[in-house]
Amino acid sequence: MNMTMTEKILADHCGKDKVEPGEFIEAKVDLCLGNDITAPIAIKEFEENIVKTGKNSVFDSEKICLVPDHFTPNKDIKSAEQVKILREFAKKYNIKNYFEVGEVGIEHVLLPEKGLVVPGDLVIGADSHTCTYGGLGAFATGVGSTDLAACMIKGTVWLKVPETIHFTLTGKMQKWVTAKDLILYTIGRIGVSGALYKAMEFDGPVIDSMSIEGRLTMANMAIEAGAKNAIFPIDKKTIDYVKKRTKRKFKIYSSDKSCKYISEFIWDISKVEPQVALPHLPENSKNVSEIGNIPIDQVVIGSCTNGRIEDLRLAAKIFKGRKVHKFVRALIFPGTQSVWLKATKEGLMETFVKAGCVISPPTCGPCLGGHMGILASGERAVSTTNRNFVGRMGHVKSEVYLSGIPVAAASAILGRIASPEELK
Amino acid sequence: MKIKGKVHLFGSNVNTDEIIPARYLNTSDLSELAKHVMEDADPEFPSKVKPGDIIVAKENFGCGSSREHAPLAIKAAGVSCVVASSFARIFFRNAINIGLPIVESKEAVAGISSGDIISIDFEKGEIINETTGKVWEIKPFPDFMKQIINSGGLMGYIVQSTKN
Repeated sequence: MNMTMTEKILADHCGKDKVEPGEFIEAKVDLCLGNDITAPIAIKEFEENIVKTGKNSVFDSEKICLVPDHFTPNKDIKSAEQVKILREFAKKYNIKNYFEVGEVGIEHVLLPEKGLVVPGDLVIGADSHTCTYGGLGAFATGVGSTDLAACMIKGTVWLKVPETIHFTLTGKMQKWVTAKDLILYTIGRIGVSGALYKAMEFDGPVIDSMSIEGRLTMANMAIEAGAKNAIFPIDKKTIDYVKKRTKRKFKIYSSDKSCKYISEFIWDISKVEPQVALPHLPENSKNVSEIGNIPIDQVVIGSCTNGRIEDLRLAAKIFKGRKVHKFVRALIFPGTQSVWLKATKEGLMETFVKAGCVISPPTCGPCLGGHMGILASGERAVSTTNRNFVGRMGHVKSEVYLSGIPVAAASAILGRIASPEELK
Repeated sequence: MKIKGKVHLFGSNVNTDEIIPARYLNTSDLSELAKHVMEDADPEFPSKVKPGDIIVAKENFGCGSSREHAPLAIKAAGVSCVVASSFARIFFRNAINIGLPIVESKEAVAGISSGDIISIDFEKGEIINETTGKVWEIKPFPDFMKQIINSGGLMGYIVQSTKN
């Protein structure tokens, strides 16, 4: 057949035996999602147009996820009004997967955890980090609000079939190197538009031994290289992860040996250190040992990139018995209520509080400069989130340095950008 | 369709946080969004942009988040067209979906300065720098996208295609 995994999933979703890069298709969607920023516009467009299409409801009330996670718990009156639009819509059309504040989590941590995405699915989300689900071997891509509105009416999305870049990762990960470091390293190598419009397919021994949570972290940041989607192999780990969470049946896709890639990279990652991406682009990644003495004001641990239980376990390992620097604010953002509960049961929360961290409810809050930890002019943050654009986390003259969990935790303790190796 | 306007020039990787910062995303009111358009890339832009003006930028315009507020804010501010060396993919599809005219041309962007008057003739497929007299050819959109554009955006296309 000579097709990549991405091409096969897209072909199956538009009823064709074969699709080729560059071809335009209208594909059936298995799941679509929106949040409190993007869904209100989609809902307005839906309501204005649904009657004109001759229909009177959504295409499938079980295939729409509405996740108010960005400015929740509602940070102000305007945000409360936005979330209200989602809630009223969910009531009106009986949307099964609407998540109120006590159930909500950061969308891209929540959906895989709830078993709402299975391998081989075609998922679109009015949120750029929808590409996260590629970690489960699904085709998932970020779109806009109008795309979401169209999908809620018709259950389809228009797509241009992407070319695929193939990344094979080999070697042994150094101590304190995480999935996050590998994706920061990748973006550093190919640049923020290095995968523009393309699929990023990852495999190799490093991926084989990586957890599903790690794969979700890597796939999450494919958009930071401009990619349409990321895709990871569907193996025993994927199947175990998904079967624990849902009874939905799924098809296992893999790329044909004879498929065509637009380019291929084979990297031995043994020499890669924990990475730090300097302001103001994710492509500015460097080994932590090259950073020098940079004092910091805030550390953010969490988000759709690094807010899963493995992330919090790793952070707690470093904070255990240590104290956050006197003039640093260390903020912990568990991805979901279930992550929160697990972290509590495992004693991680106690470790964080004793170390002098503050713990938030699950929210996207500080990652996008929304609320719950905004930076002042001239302040610097080390953050396990995904973007370090100008003004991303607050004042236009503040700075964000992206890293994995170990560097973020060590930096909180030492008050400057640091490797855990520097801790006593 | 022919568009003519004054150019505001921007660099590479202008991201959606600069186009419309998240601190204003607690509303989808277009006139509110327009008041802050491009604010973190150029704080004076909202006060100096005039209806009909054109944004010209280098590589990867609109990278970052999926917020449709970005092209919506640009459109609501009266910007008539965005010309860039390349567009980030979600911004590109959002612009097509909401009917904001966009043109991709590396060559033209290299030959346009801030303050120039340019015109874009979509029928003829050319960009003309009225200030310098230079002309560049632009590639037509693929047929599929033309259908969306000709329907006035994605919702128009969906309404028509669902009826049929």
